[in-house]
Amino acid sequence: MKTTLGWLKEHIDTDATLDTIVETLTRIGLEVEGVENPGAALAAFKVARVLSAAPHPQADKLQVLSIDAGDGPLQVVCGAPNARAGMLGVFGPAGAVVPSNGMVLKVAAIRGVESNGMMCSARELEVGEGHDGIIELPADAPVGMAYPDYAALNDPVIDINVLPNRPDCMGVRGIARDLAAAGLGTLKPLDAVYRMATLDPVDGPDAAPQVRTDDPEGCPSFFAQAVSGVTNGPAPAWMSSKLAAIGQKPISVLVDITNFLSIDLGRPLHVYDRAKLFGPLVARRAAVGESVLALNGKTYPLDPSMTVIADDSAVHDIGGIMGGEHSSVSESTTDVLIECAFFDPDHIARAGQKLALTSDARQRFERGVDPAFLDTGLAIATWLVTEHCGGTTSVITRAGQPPLGDKVVVYEPNLAETLGGLKIPHDRQLAILESLGFKVAFDWHVMVPTWRRDIDGPADLVEEVIRIEGIDRVPATPLPRTPGVAKPTATPAQALESRVRRAAAARGLNEAITWSFLSDAQAAAIGGGAWSLANPISEELKVMRPSLLPGLFAAAERNMKRGAPGVRLFELGRRYLAEGERATLGVVLAGENRPRGWQDGKATAFTAFDAKAEALALLAAAGAPVDNLQVMGEAGNAWHPGQSGTLRLGPKTVLAAFGMVHPLTLRAFDLDGPVAAVELYLDALPAKRATSFARAAYAPPVLQAVRRDFAFLVPEALAADTLVRAVKGADKASIVAARLFDVFVGTGVEPGHKSLGVEITLQPGEKSFTEADLKAVADKVVAAATKLGASLRG
Amino acid sequence: MTDLDQMKTDLLAAIDSAATLDALEAVRVSALGKAGSVTALLKTLGGMSPDERQVQGPRIQGLREAVTTAIATRKASLDRAELDARLASETLDMTLPAAAAPQGSVHPVSQVMDELAEIFADLGFAVATGPEIEDQWHNFTALNMPESHPARAMHDTFYLSPSPLRGEGRGEGASASVGVLGDPAQPLSPTLSLEGEREMYVLRTHTSPVQIRTMMGQQPPIRIIAPGRVYRSDWDATHTPMFHQIEGLVIDKGITLGHLKWTLETFLKAFFERDDIVLRLRPSYFPFTEPSAEVDVGWTMEKGRRTLGGSEGWMELLGSGMVHPRVIAACGLDPNEWQGFAFGVGVDRLAMLKYGMDDLRPFFEGDARWLKHYGFSALDVPTLSQGVGA
Repeated sequence: MKTTLGWLKEHIDTDATLDTIVETLTRIGLEVEGVENPGAALAAFKVARVLSAAPHPQADKLQVLSIDAGDGPLQVVCGAPNARAGMLGVFGPAGAVVPSNGMVLKVAAIRGVESNGMMCSARELEVGEGHDGIIELPADAPVGMAYPDYAALNDPVIDINVLPNRPDCMGVRGIARDLAAAGLGTLKPLDAVYRMATLDPVDGPDAAPQVRTDDPEGCPSFFAQAVSGVTNGPAPAWMSSKLAAIGQKPISVLVDITNFLSIDLGRPLHVYDRAKLFGPLVARRAAVGESVLALNGKTYPLDPSMTVIADDSAVHDIGGIMGGEHSSVSESTTDVLIECAFFDPDHIARAGQKLALTSDARQRFERGVDPAFLDTGLAIATWLVTEHCGGTTSVITRAGQPPLGDKVVVYEPNLAETLGGLKIPHDRQLAILESLGFKVAFDWHVMVPTWRRDIDGPADLVEEVIRIEGIDRVPATPLPRTPGVAKPTATPAQALESRVRRAAAARGLNEAITWSFLSDAQAAAIGGGAWSLANPISEELKVMRPSLLPGLFAAAERNMKRGAPGVRLFELGRRYLAEGERATLGVVLAGENRPRGWQDGKATAFTAFDAKAEALALLAAAGAPVDNLQVMGEAGNAWHPGQSGTLRLGPKTVLAAFGMVHPLTLRAFDLDGPVAAVELYLDALPAKRATSFARAAYAPPVLQAVRRDFAFLVPEALAADTLVRAVKGADKASIVAARLFDVFVGTGVEPGHKSLGVEITLQPGEKSFTEADLKAVADKVVAAATKLGASLRG
Repeated sequence: MTDLDQMKTDLLAAIDSAATLDALEAVRVSALGKAGSVTALLKTLGGMSPDERQVQGPRIQGLREAVTTAIATRKASLDRAELDARLASETLDMTLPAAAAPQGSVHPVSQVMDELAEIFADLGFAVATGPEIEDQWHNFTALNMPESHPARAMHDTFYLSPSPLRGEGRGEGASASVGVLGDPAQPLSPTLSLEGEREMYVLRTHTSPVQIRTMMGQQPPIRIIAPGRVYRSDWDATHTPMFHQIEGLVIDKGITLGHLKWTLETFLKAFFERDDIVLRLRPSYFPFTEPSAEVDVGWTMEKGRRTLGGSEGWMELLGSGMVHPRVIAACGLDPNEWQGFAFGVGVDRLAMLKYGMDDLRPFFEGDARWLKHYGFSALDVPTLSQGVGA
């Protein structure tokens, strides 16, 4: 919302400086986003009289002028055809900067004749379009006066961010009222502002226009007055200059009056050309299939949720949002109908959102205009029309009832301190509320002004008194410490995430944060997502990721494309499943694991076992019982069918998937393989049982452990882990560990088989093992292996 | 010079001149071996008379000891020489590079969230979370933003296409156990009569719905922060469609705007580790707080850069206010009994202000170079004793 300092001062009597006003506005919640002085750039330009004009001796199209800009005659060369003795114009002396082109004027010879500056055109000064000649000022313009002062261009434009709860401040008067309440001056009476004898509506001699509302919900009331015999033309300077200053293009006085009142009073109105209306004007719901050509030149399809203003022939207005082109006023308009209606804010908001159409009117109606201001708004509009366009007024038609009703808030002035934290004397609070238009009864029953739809509880009144008194004065009050012993404030899930994150970083992985959404194609590459956005910002960011890997693949691809030799990325975030969102860790290892080196020779790529190592290390960091996990297949279609697996706790609980990524998956992400990956399902981890701080007592074994090696010949398809588990379980009393240390295929091993070397660790209890003991254990080990089809190698 | 003396001299000379261990061994065998010269002399002792033995015994034994000692000494010397020679042959170029361990890193957003959790833990705030796919009741309605509220339109909301409702298990891969984040046990609004709102989920536009979930899930007093991802349909130099916020909520008896101010001051001073952080509160509007305050933080120019602290100028930092009575009531609490404050601040922005990134967009690109440059070591765990900043 823009206004100017001068415009504000039409409503408030104040001696305050611009700085004070700007500071105060921000302090009371009307944040000033910018102040611009359009005249600042023109300060050096002056009103000047052309004393004489003579032809230039060297050039046909130039004249040599003698001008007076208040300091006596100066010679100026000028090329404007309209330059002539006696006229008044605008002079730019040497040193002035021409706004349109940034040129610094200086004393210079033009075709051999000295020129001490320039007489300027409107376009050169950016004060208008005219460029056929120099600016011509009226004869009474005071010679020597700074041009911006003369042209009233020194009125600073103030841009205020009016928040959605303040419909009243969508009008200059509302802003002035707040400023007055903040102690910066006195709000002028409205009749004085408009120089009207009375603000009461006045019926005229013409017959009342036929208007009604058939949509009491969307348009509870529709007031109208007609004026016949008007002459449309340019708006008076005081009006058009204000509108121009805030960037509204003056159109014609009839249109400008409605625009002006919308900005001055926050009261949108509409003026129809009665010659283009047929029959009564009715507020009603749009019918299916109707559309309207709006004033912005676009056609909008309408639906029955929207309120429109229509006559017997057509829809003329998207109620409260934008007028129609067809019945708009023009230079030739003689009879007008002025609409002053109340549109329901929710209806306006919904219709505006549906149509994706913003307008000054919508902004005001959806915040809620003053329902008690219809008569006055109409009276002012009619008065301005007759004042500037002449004509005869009609009897006023008032269709429907605006939603009036006294709103009373029971206030407790101590709340300023107990809620707002600032002690404010009661009489001061009373004064603030009254200056804002509240009526306060002796028992603090506070009647809310009709223009403050946002106020409906005591907390709102606290805000009013605090913001005017100064929210910055609220003293900082320490929050008391919570009693008792400090407990961990992170939940176990958060602590877990934090541990896993730092474990991953400690293992050399780089934490990335990637979008939660993917393209359809990316999601499809890993089996598709359950959720997609109805209004994605782009097709690339559409499907909620069902896995963290696609985002990491895409990031890995970008890194590889930039020439990174190896990429180790991880992300900790959520995957989005149909039934909910789950904490997940993804790891992607692409490119080189180790670079080529003097020790190891060629660079090595990542393998499925690098992925497995990460999976196990991170699960260990997460506190998972790593020793009890089983490796199983079925990581899914996105993975290499022979080099991937899942880590499970029991047959059903999948804690992680790991391995090499399927080449077809990689192709979808434009990645050259091989790429290893891990996905850890943090939500599947068993919750840790609470234990006391004290550990179980520790007693180191008295006797030394014994190790024995076995080499078994097994069918190639037998999973090594199956054999190791069988071996370990062969004698639970003495075997404390079994570890695979060798896999061999080749000479000496028959085809279809492999040789597996397993080392077992035996821990004696109170007595050392005898040879017989060891033999017995070895026999059990061999027996257990034999069950799996293994045979002991000689 | 007796024979013995001559023999000793010869043997010691032979020992000294033995250049290798093998040569030394040959000398040892020739002297002390079974057929050695010293051994032979020792054998003669048995055939001597006691008197003679008393004279010759010590001499011959002395010879033996001298030779033995000399051999041991020479052996040690030869051993050392051989070791030295071996080590000399093993010399490597110690300027060769050692295998480099990959340099892992923690993302600045995670680091800052950890810092905030640490700072707020000291003030007694627990960490709470909620779902990112949120129903409109929690995201808007309960926060005093009824349907068609203009503020809803301001949020640039992402809507989700109608999808299978949660709880109808269609999960893939993972276990069916209850998630630790975004607990699906309470994803839906308690007022299921709001059919229209149930139909269309949104990506939460702020972390404020966690306020609602917390107030509905536990009795006051409440002190929480709620960090997490939030989403708005907005993408330019300073906005990304996904970003991070942290919400703060205190619900108790007798909480005022003054407590809010102190909490924000304390948190920002601790976060930026500067005592000269100055805040400026401005009245503002958020549907879910009343009174509401926009909080600006003061800056000064230091080394040509706007640095927080002092008050040469102001920058908008966060929104806050006293929780609106209607929000408290919507959560089933009595607003006459309980009151409190809430605030929300951008985590990415805090990270940028503290650690000097001037562009938001690389935060989510996963460029390993950026991650290593701006990321943090795994060991940079923010703690009060060692400092929350790194």
